[in-house]
Amino acid sequence: MTASRLGLRTFALGYLTLLLFVPVLLVFYKAFEDGFLNAWETVTSPEGLNAFYLTLIMVGVAVPINTVFGVACAIVLVRQRFRGKALLNSAIDLPFAISPVVVGLALIFVYGPRDGWVGPWLAEQGVRIIFTPVGMVIATMFVSLPFVVREVVPVLREIGDEQEQAARTLGANARQTFFRITLPAIRWGVTYGVVLASARALGEFGAVAVVSGKISGVTETMPLLVAKEYETFNVAGAYAAALVLALLALAILLAMNLVKRREEGV
Amino acid sequence: MTAAPVAEAAPRRGAFPRLGGQLVTRGLVVSYLSVLVLLPIAALLVTSLEDGLGRFWDAVTIPQAVAALRFTLLVSLVVAAINAIAGTIIAWVLVRDEFRGKKVVNSLIDLPFALPTIVAGLVLLALYGDNGVLGISGVSFTKIGVALALLFVTLPFVIRAVQPTLMEIDREMEEAAASLGARPLTIFTRIVLPNLAPAIIAGATLAFARAVGEFGSLILISGNIPFETEVASVFIFSLIESGGINSAAAVSVVLLTISVAILFLFHLVSRWSVRHDR
Repeated sequence: MTASRLGLRTFALGYLTLLLFVPVLLVFYKAFEDGFLNAWETVTSPEGLNAFYLTLIMVGVAVPINTVFGVACAIVLVRQRFRGKALLNSAIDLPFAISPVVVGLALIFVYGPRDGWVGPWLAEQGVRIIFTPVGMVIATMFVSLPFVVREVVPVLREIGDEQEQAARTLGANARQTFFRITLPAIRWGVTYGVVLASARALGEFGAVAVVSGKISGVTETMPLLVAKEYETFNVAGAYAAALVLALLALAILLAMNLVKRREEGV
Repeated sequence: MTAAPVAEAAPRRGAFPRLGGQLVTRGLVVSYLSVLVLLPIAALLVTSLEDGLGRFWDAVTIPQAVAALRFTLLVSLVVAAINAIAGTIIAWVLVRDEFRGKKVVNSLIDLPFALPTIVAGLVLLALYGDNGVLGISGVSFTKIGVALALLFVTLPFVIRAVQPTLMEIDREMEEAAASLGARPLTIFTRIVLPNLAPAIIAGATLAFARAVGEFGSLILISGNIPFETEVASVFIFSLIESGGINSAAAVSVVLLTISVAILFLFHLVSRWSVRHDR
């Protein structure tokens, strides 16, 4: 009994160590292998800073929009009855299932200035989407869409609508009911969804790579910078940029665990 | 509990949800989803068939495309199976075992969800690559390298699906079986496993879906060798970069169809597991 228990524990921890812990620790080692200064230089070069700002813009635009959508969509899915609800429910998960490269290509067929459905018309108006940060934000919105919905739906279902009904009976309007009753009850679910969506928006590579055109200093996010530095044989630079992303990932992981604890405590 | 509200104080205005507001919200939600997600998918489907079904078929059946699609499905299946087993064991250890640092280990499980995939690919290459820290050669630019990257990015799915189910399982059944003389292995296969099966399958299905579409972690470690380590997503990417955008669309539609089929399967499995719980 104890022997098999020990065996299982050894297997579990060994698997996690080799596949997860060691590789992640290695980012730190590799980034500083050629000295702290080199890593610092890559990250603070104009190119590095630009990539960092652009990554923050991706998160800063896509996540808030998807949060508002996510809460509204969850309420529609849980509190409303209508035809085609099951269809809407399945369609929400599409961005989870579709390959990021396919997402990027599909966006080109809508917004591409030559091959797109609305791209040529937009180009005439002087609006370019593909190969600009706007297209990259749209790609990020696409891939990070389901997170908030998926976290809020179970919470809404669990709290039920009795308190909301009570508030309405007492004369609260829809707006008051939402801000005073519903939102406080789902806040940790929303927060958890926001954290997950931010992680995805921060690290998205495939969809953003396809629509970006990889114009250095203009349409290059941190993940794209990592790939470019590696492919141009500036391996140290790649690790330095990767380190910044890994630190952000650790912060996100910390947030995930804090929020999860609060969620269970409520 | 406070006293019940006095009836006369309550104006009835707004007591019933107004249908207008609901309709507006629903309309906005559906519009956003349609413009952001459904429109691009429709554009992809239509464009892929623009040059006729013959061209579509040709693009999808060239040997390189077939090889990439076949390898994608095969490696994803293997990876999902390995992580189904390893994930179940890890979940069991995290729920039933007690050891120092368990909380820390548990909180690190989600790391592959938080870490950008390109970073994952980079560090796996640094560890297992030809000039890697471990000094193993023959991993980078091989099928094993691809599998390794996919194992990393799909690690949390089964663990996070099985953990809550395992926590809720009634220990009394197992204790009863043990008191009747069943050995641990018998208890596991006859009592624990059947209860966990829906969760394991649901987690493995999500892992499979993720593996089929994965791109970021593979671009560096796979080496993109046609007929060897080239997966479908990387193949599509190289088609886009080399200007073969219509062929890329055709292969994308095949990959999209596979993804949607897996998603459908997942919804079936989760519905089954809800019924199973009751």
